[in-house]
Amino acid sequence: MIRKRIIPCLDVKNGRVVKGVQFEGLNDVSSPVELAKYYSDNGADELVFYDITASFEERALFTDILREVASTIFIPLTVGGGINTVDDFDRVLKCGADKVSVNSGAIKNPELINEAAKKYGNQCVVLSVDVKRVDGQFTVFAKGGRENTGMEAIQWIKDCVARGAGEVVVNSIDTDGVKEGFDLEMLEVVCDAVNVPVIASGGAGCKEDFVTLFNQVPEISAGLAASIFHFGEVAIDDLKAELDKKDILVRL
Amino acid sequence: MIAIIDYGVGNLFSLSSSLKCIGAESVITADPEVIRKADRVILPGVGAFGDAVNKLRETGLDKIVIEQAESGKPLMGICLGMQLLFEKGYEYGVHEGLGLLKGNVVPMEGVIPEELNIPHMGWNKLDICRENTLLRNIKEGDCVYFVHSYYATDCDDSVIATAEYGANLTAAVQKGNVMGCQFHPEKSGKVGLNILKAFNEEGII
Repeated sequence: MIRKRIIPCLDVKNGRVVKGVQFEGLNDVSSPVELAKYYSDNGADELVFYDITASFEERALFTDILREVASTIFIPLTVGGGINTVDDFDRVLKCGADKVSVNSGAIKNPELINEAAKKYGNQCVVLSVDVKRVDGQFTVFAKGGRENTGMEAIQWIKDCVARGAGEVVVNSIDTDGVKEGFDLEMLEVVCDAVNVPVIASGGAGCKEDFVTLFNQVPEISAGLAASIFHFGEVAIDDLKAELDKKDILVRL
Repeated sequence: MIAIIDYGVGNLFSLSSSLKCIGAESVITADPEVIRKADRVILPGVGAFGDAVNKLRETGLDKIVIEQAESGKPLMGICLGMQLLFEKGYEYGVHEGLGLLKGNVVPMEGVIPEELNIPHMGWNKLDICRENTLLRNIKEGDCVYFVHSYYATDCDDSVIATAEYGANLTAAVQKGNVMGCQFHPEKSGKVGLNILKAFNEEGII
């Protein structure tokens, strides 16, 4: 049976990995290539590589860094940030990405998902969505969590899956950076709504949060985090050993 | 020298990078003479069976691949490239494959339980079911990375490993010098690199 995945997320700005608490106050952490290699050697099942400034400043991805990462590490690589056209898909896939994640680009033009899925297959198209509760309703935020779209999140996610998104990364803005655990309530609602893999993001503070995630929301395919891995608070190999001990199926 | 057959499907960046990483020389090529001179051949592939086999036929590379297999040279298909080695593919119609291995490629849909997502995507454990040389470096419990919605069945005795996903899906095949991986060794970390090494080393056939 498919293993539950542990995915470190590398948010990249100006060629360096950064991670902000609730998307503000970025701290420079490390080199994307070094960090990617370190994670791959220590049990990461996949890497997500976001150019976090791309959608805000309309900056293109640093494809040379991506190419270097993809020629150094040999695990699945998802790339996002600034993906607005099928040409953007083409550009990052040629540099060794396996999957491409769309967020603001799909909000601006949902047809992007249909076009990319038709050209590269659903398995290649990942919907990434930043969700925050607004007046008790799950609401989609764009531009790295800065802009309220007013769209209801569950319907948006269902629409995108119907258009061809093969995987969904749900990032809860409400729990992101707080380190008190994943947003189990939000994740459960998303898992019930779609039949593609759902990746949990936002809120992991310790190993136990991943155990709780996979036990409480067993449909979840993967847990994604950034700062707790980057700052060494949780080592991925330790985390996977712990999950294995708790009878959660992981790749050791 | 490993010839990676270039017939316009999929992206070969990771495959050629991973071969470089294990110290294997490789060339991405559609030139029959380059393929003939190589001492090993890899048939990659992503996408749909019919499109891919048509592209192989349009370029005449189908005959070269068959000729190379019959010459006794190690030939490995990866993902859709493995599927093309079989007799028939049932993806958007029925398509003739290369017929180098006995068996057919059929949808998982209706075979695996409904609650399981299709494609079968992610890391899954290899269950080795027959002695072989391609997976000689694989240990019990080793996982590899899969992305596929169709699988090879009625493969006779060529199956060397399966992966459990509601059914025992064909994961790797080998019949003499003709072999294949349904998974992506170039995306399967150290385990995958070890499989590519085994393919590149003496003793593969």
